[in-house]
Amino acid sequence: MRARVFVMLKPSVFDPQGTTVADALHTLGYASVTGVRQGKYFELDIDADTADDARRIASEAADKLLANPVIESYRIDIETTAAAKR
Amino acid sequence: MKFAVIVFPGSNCDHDAYHAVRHVLGQDAAFVWHKETSLGGADVVVLPGGFAHGDYLRTGAIARFSPIMREVQQFAGRGGPVLGICNGFQVLLEAGLLPGAMLRNRSVRFQCEHVFVKVEQTDTPFTNACRPGQILRLPIAHGEGNYYAEPDVIDRLEKNRQVVFRYTSAEGAVTPDANPNGSAANIAGICSDGRNVVGLMPHPERACELALGSTDGYVVLESAVNAVTHGMAVAAR
Repeated sequence: MRARVFVMLKPSVFDPQGTTVADALHTLGYASVTGVRQGKYFELDIDADTADDARRIASEAADKLLANPVIESYRIDIETTAAAKR
Repeated sequence: MKFAVIVFPGSNCDHDAYHAVRHVLGQDAAFVWHKETSLGGADVVVLPGGFAHGDYLRTGAIARFSPIMREVQQFAGRGGPVLGICNGFQVLLEAGLLPGAMLRNRSVRFQCEHVFVKVEQTDTPFTNACRPGQILRLPIAHGEGNYYAEPDVIDRLEKNRQVVFRYTSAEGAVTPDANPNGSAANIAGICSDGRNVVGLMPHPERACELALGSTDGYVVLESAVNAVTHGMAVAAR
């Protein structure tokens, strides 16, 4: 089973990298891009019987290591298709 | 008295700290590899600057799980003096020994320069030899020194006098221009509730000899000697 973990800076936290990327996009002419936030994305292959188990393990991993709760929040998607079990 | 300098894979100011303690301060110093499970009877623990574990994931995020950190936690819990410099400060934040977190510098640049910091608290093991309000000229070298904590945490730090070092002008004015990285409230260094754990982004150990451009950092290490000699840290042994 595969857990996709998306870690983002909390909305209240200023993101200097995202702002810099937004500036670069504006330089390229993408005036319609009004904001960029940069985060991290993890794919965890997990040996688990159920999606709930996989989610629990991924959530623990995110709490302990993948995200810093002071500045970041995360979201988890569980993928249970055959492709994810390879 | 003996200083333990913790060495993580990727630490690169470990020798600077060792040199400053041993050859400038004239105290005993020992490197302690991060896989060790003993601090070897040290009186003071220094977490040096560098890029522990390549700064992978987040600065200090992997290092906090090194075996030696359990000992550092216990040593700090007993009131032992712990100094985190630059990456060492980042490790202390990730380990929860100090509150807050580091963000990328507001400039999105690696800032490598000399800055001025004001010593706001002199009742810590690393500032007791300073004059209150003393201005130190110290080098910084970091990409992620933009100190962040929720506003209520910042309020608590201010109220409890835990902001130990603040970025200022040469005259001691707290201005945006004097802030090299965007840190909340110009915070350059803080201490724990118990005041024995101190973290700062500037490098006092690289400013202990005239040949290095400043001797202002010497007083930080000298303070640790005072603290141990005069019993402030005896309980930790």
